[in-house]
Amino acid sequence: MKHGRYRFIIGALVPALILHALFVLSPYAQAFYLSLTDWTGVAGNAHFVGWGNYARLGGDALFLDALRNNAVMLVAVPVVTIGIGLFLASMLHLGGRRSLHGVRGAAFYKIVYFFPQLLSLAIVAVLWQFVYNPNNGLLNGTLRGVGLGGLARSWLAEPNLALAAVMTVIVWSSVGFYMVLFSAAMDAIPKELYEAAIIDGAGGWSTFRRITLPLVRDNVRVAFVYLGIAALDGFAIVQIMTVGPGGPDGHTEVIGLSLYRNAFTYGKFGYASAMGVTLFFLTLVIAVFALRGGRATDRVEV
Amino acid sequence: MKRVPLHVVMMAWAVVTAFPLLWAVMSSLKSDSEILDSPWTPPSRPHFDNWSRAWGSASIGRYFLNSLIVVGGALALTMVLGSLVAYTLARYEFRGNRLVYYTFVASMFFPVFLALVPLFFVVQQLGLLGTYPGLILVYTAYAMPFTVFFLHSFFRTLPSAVAEAAFIDGCSHLKVFYRVMLPMARSGLVSVGIFNFLGLWNQYLLPLVLNPDPDRYVLAQGLAALSVSQGYRSDWSGLFAGLTIAMLPVLFAYVAFQRHLRAGLTAGAVR
Repeated sequence: MKHGRYRFIIGALVPALILHALFVLSPYAQAFYLSLTDWTGVAGNAHFVGWGNYARLGGDALFLDALRNNAVMLVAVPVVTIGIGLFLASMLHLGGRRSLHGVRGAAFYKIVYFFPQLLSLAIVAVLWQFVYNPNNGLLNGTLRGVGLGGLARSWLAEPNLALAAVMTVIVWSSVGFYMVLFSAAMDAIPKELYEAAIIDGAGGWSTFRRITLPLVRDNVRVAFVYLGIAALDGFAIVQIMTVGPGGPDGHTEVIGLSLYRNAFTYGKFGYASAMGVTLFFLTLVIAVFALRGGRATDRVEV
Repeated sequence: MKRVPLHVVMMAWAVVTAFPLLWAVMSSLKSDSEILDSPWTPPSRPHFDNWSRAWGSASIGRYFLNSLIVVGGALALTMVLGSLVAYTLARYEFRGNRLVYYTFVASMFFPVFLALVPLFFVVQQLGLLGTYPGLILVYTAYAMPFTVFFLHSFFRTLPSAVAEAAFIDGCSHLKVFYRVMLPMARSGLVSVGIFNFLGLWNQYLLPLVLNPDPDRYVLAQGLAALSVSQGYRSDWSGLFAGLTIAMLPVLFAYVAFQRHLRAGLTAGAVR
């Protein structure tokens, strides 16, 4: 059994480790260093500027727009997505709770709800660009069709609506996934608990609040982390769908877009790296916050 | 309980989800003037020529092929390397085991945006910018952490009796791995394989930065580029057709494998 053991271990690990070091670890490490330089892409011509890039970030109006927009998305996207997801999942399960198995057509609903999750966000963005088109788009067409033409808007061009339009797309594409996730968690809850609740005369809302929610809490936390990270991104949707992109006038700017533009349009690689590092620490804060929050609350054991 | 309002609510979200998709498919069969005329009315006759135009002269067919090559290559490489690493780390005790494991797994928590600028120059210096091998290697490198993480916990739960018997029969380490352990891990491999396929097929950011040659655009990237340029040329029907061609294979695969797919993807989130 000893024979060839180390040869096998080394042979199994080394190719993957080389790939990992080359394309993942070294870029991550370099990014921290680059963020402290004024590098513009000319080999050997990077000057150390200390915290200069980070200081400039504080005075970069567009980057501050991006921070603000990502912050709004960070709150709104998870709350709305998880809200709708939980609502639909519990409808699916408890709608037929007198009979204690979900509503008819549950399988069909799951198939339909989940589908957008499978599409590339780039494709979703192209699709919704059509939906939002002010002249021949689906949204305005529908509003006019049902006699609400007065509500028709140039959705992506109005400063007050553009970010909401972007967030709507993200929510639209993710609700199904979280609905299925919550639904699977609800499947694992013993039926006896619901039977007992019904006997005790608990209504739909209190059953949800007292039984369902505590027992799917772990999944909700996971959902918050994933959606939080997705909300800090938003790049593909914004870059493809919005005017500018990032417009009108910075109203849909996100950190990723600022980074991309500074690096690959302006060639300010050091400055863009500082944005990457900022994004990294924001991601870290969310992860730590969500995990710690999980430890602090007491868990319900079944 | 009132069943009717319940179904109204469920149906409402189903409509919200499905309607834009069906509308895009319908629009892909209309002529440009019909599209501009009204978003609602169905085509007078189905214009399948939109699809052939999108596939051919708008290069969607080419992008499709590029996606197949890059994602196929990256998926195969990820599964081979990922299962080897996960298996070795899960079943062999040696110094540095934990270190290697955390080296892989920790990078799941780093945003790709952080690596983007240096990654561009690494790939450029290797002369791999805008090449199939370049994209395949980078895709693989970024798919590995989750693959290792997922399969590691999977290999840990497998019983060791069969492997021990195989060793006694004189099997080599490599043979035990692919003859005994890999078949036992089949369901885990399928789950993570589906997960990786979708993740890689839907990549947008990495090809946008690392794949500047329009001849090598992958599907999502090519379609996005098309939506910018076609917007000016206003070939709406061609663009809708491209969009439909990009969505349909995913739809068919989904309907065929939907149970397995949802289970695989959500399992990925819970672990």
